[in-house]
Amino acid sequence: MNLGPHADFIIASYAVTALVVAGLIAWIATDYSAQKRLLADLEQRGVTRRSRRGGGDTP
Amino acid sequence: MAVIDLANPTRFLTLVDRVLPWLAGVTALVFAYGLYRVLGAPDDYQQGATVKIMFLHVPAAWLGMMGWGVMTVAALGTLVWRHPLADVAGKTAAPIGAAFTFICLVTGSLWGRPTWGTYWVWDARLTSVLVLFLLYLGMLALYWAAEDPNRSARAAAILALVGAVNIPIIKFSVEWWNTLHQPASIMRAGGAAIDASILIPLLIMALAFTLLFFTLHFAAMRNEILRRRVRSMRIMQARSA
Repeated sequence: MNLGPHADFIIASYAVTALVVAGLIAWIATDYSAQKRLLADLEQRGVTRRSRRGGGDTP
Repeated sequence: MAVIDLANPTRFLTLVDRVLPWLAGVTALVFAYGLYRVLGAPDDYQQGATVKIMFLHVPAAWLGMMGWGVMTVAALGTLVWRHPLADVAGKTAAPIGAAFTFICLVTGSLWGRPTWGTYWVWDARLTSVLVLFLLYLGMLALYWAAEDPNRSARAAAILALVGAVNIPIIKFSVEWWNTLHQPASIMRAGGAAIDASILIPLLIMALAFTLLFFTLHFAAMRNEILRRRVRSMRIMQARSA
């Protein structure tokens, strides 16, 4: 495929987009693992949510 | 499950756990097909191959504005119904919307240099999108500065509603002012001014980006709900110590 005389601009656009999207995905995936680990740690230490004890649901 | 049930964070988490893998899979498939269509799309008769930047720039611009739209609806949920899930939705839409607005600005600049001969001009469209990006950064600073999410929720909701004024300004800036940026060529009276060979790949890429936005948003909302649970459990632990 011939991208013409401005190939650098086209490639840079796709590279920046891929980097930003990959960064977002990595950040969200890492954050999920961190929050799950923190929750598991707290539960292991016997800390439970009020809603668990009371049967309701809160964030 | 009724729609109102989704306002319950625990039920929302159950739904997200079930839906997210499918949503991510469909997003990847639509992206793969969209990029395949982009590779096959013809060059523009004036711009040549640089038109390929449009397949990233236009969807990113739409989603930058949609992100603020999500935050505006969430702000109403926070201020009117004071529902914590509304603030979770608003807070998590901010970094994603900021990222898409950043992509829009950078790809627009990289498209502008070969097309207009400059990376940047202070015309109404470019400036109003830059203002949107700065509003996103302000929103992120507001959220990250406050340790208690309940304190930042109301201020963030008000900022979201105030910032929403900028969205129609972005949309109509090319009609209200004389700009270097081209006028609307897709959503306009009289139909799209783009040939189907370029329009269809563009719409497929827009769908892929939209699916990506919601995949990331649902995943980020799940993280934020878990973060708030961790916080409340730590407070309970500290109180009982």
